[in-house]
Amino acid sequence: MMYQISKEPIDIQAVIDKVVQREAGAITTFIGTVRELTKGKKTLFLIYEAYEAMAVKKLEQIGQEIEQRWEGSCVAITHRVGRLDITDVAVVIAVSTPHRADAYDANRYAIERIKEIVPIWKKEHWEEGEAWMGNQLETVAYPSGKPEESDLNE
Amino acid sequence: MNKILFFAHLRDAVGEEFLSVDASGKTVAELKAELSAKYNLPKMDTVMTAVNEEFAANDEVIRDGDEIAFIPPVSGG
Repeated sequence: MMYQISKEPIDIQAVIDKVVQREAGAITTFIGTVRELTKGKKTLFLIYEAYEAMAVKKLEQIGQEIEQRWEGSCVAITHRVGRLDITDVAVVIAVSTPHRADAYDANRYAIERIKEIVPIWKKEHWEEGEAWMGNQLETVAYPSGKPEESDLNE
Repeated sequence: MNKILFFAHLRDAVGEEFLSVDASGKTVAELKAELSAKYNLPKMDTVMTAVNEEFAANDEVIRDGDEIAFIPPVSGG
């Protein structure tokens, strides 16, 4: 299971271990954590919710895109759902590749794609209220009803 | 029949995780407009649709048994 949605805290080392391969010269690990302050506003905790079956499929799709684009790469991603407190780990992405530059690039690609196409949402809870977050400024519209090719292939 | 799934602010607006509706023969856009009016759903122009766990265009025709999900702008990561 290289791509998972987890209700329990993520075992970071277990995600890294999945991409160990003899051909690799590098493994990069991205750990997304819950930040306390966003533009001066203090977050108390977050709730992450996923359309789990589709989220796993979309994580797999991202992995396939990476494996096509960066030869010899291997990808594992686990995203947490449920209630997370400040500093908790929300997502772990591990990528191994034969050479280090590709490991950095492919890992960055994975997190940016997660923010575009994986059906996971966070609800921010502040001292004075709560709200579901879309893309942060709610500026993205999908007039055709789905992401455009340019959204999917940038 | 079709299972219609809602997430994030749409789930709050509808008050249910899913509805069972007969939507076969309708397009994604027609179903979206219908539910949007019935439940007064906010910001539907930013909401994507998935049919059977894959993003679908507004003109896709829904078949009996398809699982439909309305996907607000995502905020994972």
